[in-house]
Amino acid sequence: MDQTDGVPLEQERSGLLGGGKVPESFISRAFHGRRQSNDVSARLPPGQYLERGFPVLSAGPTPHTPLERWDFSILGSVAQPKRWTWNELRALPHESITVDIHCVTKWSKLDTHWEGVSVDTLLAQIESEADYVIAFCDGGYTTNLPRDEVTGGKAWIAYAYDGEPLPPEHGGPARLLVPRLYFWKSAKWVRGLRLVDTDEPGFWETLGYHNLGDPWKEQRYAGD
Amino acid sequence: METPRARSLTLMVPDWPGHRPGQHVDVRLTAEDGYRAERSYSIASPPEENPRVTITVERLDDGEVSPYLVDEVHGGDRLELRGPIGGYFVWEASMGGPLLLVGGGSGIVPLMAMLRHRRARASTVPTRLLYSSRSQDEVIYHNEFDDVAARETGLKVIYTLTRRQPSGWTGYGRRIDSDLLRDVAWPAQDRPLAYICGPTQFVETAATGLAALGYDPTLIKTERFGPTGGE
Repeated sequence: MDQTDGVPLEQERSGLLGGGKVPESFISRAFHGRRQSNDVSARLPPGQYLERGFPVLSAGPTPHTPLERWDFSILGSVAQPKRWTWNELRALPHESITVDIHCVTKWSKLDTHWEGVSVDTLLAQIESEADYVIAFCDGGYTTNLPRDEVTGGKAWIAYAYDGEPLPPEHGGPARLLVPRLYFWKSAKWVRGLRLVDTDEPGFWETLGYHNLGDPWKEQRYAGD
Repeated sequence: METPRARSLTLMVPDWPGHRPGQHVDVRLTAEDGYRAERSYSIASPPEENPRVTITVERLDDGEVSPYLVDEVHGGDRLELRGPIGGYFVWEASMGGPLLLVGGGSGIVPLMAMLRHRRARASTVPTRLLYSSRSQDEVIYHNEFDDVAARETGLKVIYTLTRRQPSGWTGYGRRIDSDLLRDVAWPAQDRPLAYICGPTQFVETAATGLAALGYDPTLIKTERFGPTGGE
């Protein structure tokens, strides 16, 4: 069991040994649940439920950086760091995408519409051999990812949601969007990516959450 | 039942590893055909009550899990738990204060774990709780606040009832706003530790309000949950 600061992070207080049949003792008496249609169920990773709203979760107050002071940087283990102002970022080729998103707090939202610049477009302008990126944000939030989780069309710097400018509570003016991982990796109020040769756990990763966070493997907490 | 919609469930967890006030548990329910639902619930009890772990669940009208926990579960039933989870929204007496707790609706639950821990430690950390509820009968833990909190050193509880107030009510009767926060909050120069928990808009208003009063944003911790409804 992993430990942080000497405090046990979590323990499975029950466990299904091996796979297959649910032991009698773990069946919840008289629980029936609410089933989704097969095509919705197939799109929900294990342990997730369908949410029609758009919950806001954050660690701390919402930052507000005026656009004239905002910038996005790629730095760290790079030949030459690069920086874009808001206008420069908005002038780059951008995409409209529709993706499912999955929060570690168990809700999933299907077919969410975003607009943003692919991280591939930004990384194409720098040279680096580094294998990991750390997203850093207004307010001090960080999250770490393998570089190949943000390349090959898997990640964006998103500035519009559902056809409107991204609201501050949801990470506006711009957030990282990495729909293939739990949504804590889609860092709100992102201001840049730091490329590093050695992985460094970010904010939630240091507090007991999984280092990668693949919802299809239910990688919520360290040790999963 | 704590209120018509909120129920506290106390579980005996013999090998519970202990927890920190503010942490939560994941509860997993399994139907006979193997269908599963998982949800997180803040722990209401302090670590000092180990191996008893109490959660307080508010029934959501369109919930899948909360109606089961509030209406169906009875003594002798077993629940599958995972935890404790969360290392950020935590207060322990050793962290000091002054402490400002701001709770809206069922957001009071993790704050209650902090207060019960404070009491169990006989801590005298100066503490203020601002607790917003829709009406008096929706004040969760009201008996405990009336009976026990009134006698604790250095603890002040301030209520605001946002929809209905009983006759003769002299307390606040509106949603929190920056004036209310300014009246109630510790001065920023005391470098208070602030914990805010409740529905999204409530947390947004409180966090923004405290930051505007000069609170260090890194000392304002937020946890948002409750019914999300639409956008």
